Amino acid sequence: MAGQRKWNRRTAAFLFLLPAILGLMLLQLVPMIASIVISFTDWDLLTNWKQANFVGWDNYTQVFKDEKSYTSLLNVFVFLIGYMPLVMVFGVLFAVLLNRNIRGVKFYRAAIFVPVITSWVAVSIVWRWLLNGQSGIVNYLLSLVGIQGPVWLQDPTWAMAAVIAVTVWKDVGFVSIILLAGLQDISDDYYEASELDGASAWNKFRNITLPMLTPSLFFVMTISLINSFQLFDQVLIMTNGGPAGSTSTIVEQVYKNAFQFNKMGFASAQSWVLFVIIFAVTFLQQWLQKRWVVYER
Amino acid sequence: MKDKRWTVKSILTHIILLAATVVLGFPFVWMLSGAFKDSLEVVKMPPQLIPSNWKFDNFTEIEKYFPIYKFLLNSVLTAGVTTLLQLLVCTMAAYVFAKIPFKGRGAVFMLFLITMMVPMQVTLTPLFILFQKANLIDTFTGLILPGIFSAYGTFLLRQHMMTIPNDLIEAAFMDGASYYRVFWQLILPLIKPTLAALTIFAFMSSWNSFLWPLIVTSSKDVMTLPLGLSKLQGRWATEWNILMAGNVVSFVPIFLVYLFAQRYFIKGMTMSGIK
Repeated sequence: MAGQRKWNRRTAAFLFLLPAILGLMLLQLVPMIASIVISFTDWDLLTNWKQANFVGWDNYTQVFKDEKSYTSLLNVFVFLIGYMPLVMVFGVLFAVLLNRNIRGVKFYRAAIFVPVITSWVAVSIVWRWLLNGQSGIVNYLLSLVGIQGPVWLQDPTWAMAAVIAVTVWKDVGFVSIILLAGLQDISDDYYEASELDGASAWNKFRNITLPMLTPSLFFVMTISLINSFQLFDQVLIMTNGGPAGSTSTIVEQVYKNAFQFNKMGFASAQSWVLFVIIFAVTFLQQWLQKRWVVYER
Repeated sequence: MKDKRWTVKSILTHIILLAATVVLGFPFVWMLSGAFKDSLEVVKMPPQLIPSNWKFDNFTEIEKYFPIYKFLLNSVLTAGVTTLLQLLVCTMAAYVFAKIPFKGRGAVFMLFLITMMVPMQVTLTPLFILFQKANLIDTFTGLILPGIFSAYGTFLLRQHMMTIPNDLIEAAFMDGASYYRVFWQLILPLIKPTLAALTIFAFMSSWNSFLWPLIVTSSKDVMTLPLGLSKLQGRWATEWNILMAGNVVSFVPIFLVYLFAQRYFIKGMTMSGIK
């Protein structure tokens, strides 16, 4: 009887796990290994893979010599410098306000989240129109206050700023809602105690809200960071990496090298460099976490 | 219970949140307005919000450019099937990881999570080649397959299943229930909230996904909305009224789902935090 049960258990475990494990092997593990192998060859997709040559670390050294790779990496850092502070400051501001018990707060919470649910493609096309030099309403509104707006997405100095602004616009609802969930976890006791001590609103924010919010902040920052390194949809639609490579990103480069220029080996090497960067940055952030994230004991 | 009287503080809060709502919501309002304008009014300066000449034809004219309603159908089909299969595969795996112990399960689970965390950009090229060899390019199977395996989904479901007391399951076994019955009749009903959030979340991710469809499809027969829209704008870059009509077609379904299942959207996002 007991033996029967054990056999049943193994069969059940095997059968229930089978689809997931098959998917894992075929769609993740095999391609991962293949990607490593391809990154050491000069394969170009058009020729038979049997004719591809092993080229050692060539693709990797080329990635580090390739000016476009540098530009795209640099662009992602420029993006981060603009995007991170903006999305976090507005995220905290909205989260704090959405946490107040005012009339219609449910409406605001729902409204602020709408850009998050929509597809990047649709939203990017809308913004291309809004930011258009001639028929865009952004420049029209600027002209009302006497400012002659640039052609945003076609202007090398403004294109990245526009991409940053639009991405903040799309993501701020997400950041706010995560932080709001964090705020709602903070016990009222802390505030009541500090009120007895006569703390000001700013003091309460600085000494209670902000430290207690650091775990949620850490969470959204990690996700925003990983997403930033994978910047693709909005860039491909709004600027196609241009003008003059000013909004080119790593994933955009991987995509173009692989599927437009057929440089499979080079693109694979690039994607592994990207992976290592994401891994390193996430790791660094985990390590820095100890210095600023406050966990309740 | 705090009071809801009008104070300086609450008025200020309203002003800021109202401003935020306007800035965040305006592009959608403008998109709607543009979708009903004619080709002249859509570029007219100064612009006006309410079209002076309502043009409903944009939604039929777009068919001349691109089979947008075919894309809509493709999107519904792809997102629907992806969601269904993802939920099934993930709950099945989560059931084992939470409630059916075997030797080495912990190691399998770790390997599972780590491998699944490798982003798609890394596996993109070989995956394309693999699908090409298997004749899955330009097929619904090719479109759907990579989307049904989710580490996050499995992880979240497992976390929820872990909270189900083992005694409950043991009691079901005592009554002669099989693993299969325990899964369908005991576990699944108990994790409904997580399932609901995950359903919405999986549907949204699939509905909006762009990179994989971009690579695996080139035929209009299987194109989904995001890809179709991107092709549409590639061909007719400045016919804003037509483009906005296309955007409306892709926006309305997901917005309706959001209106009716708002709390699950937010829950799904807060749980997993991926986009």
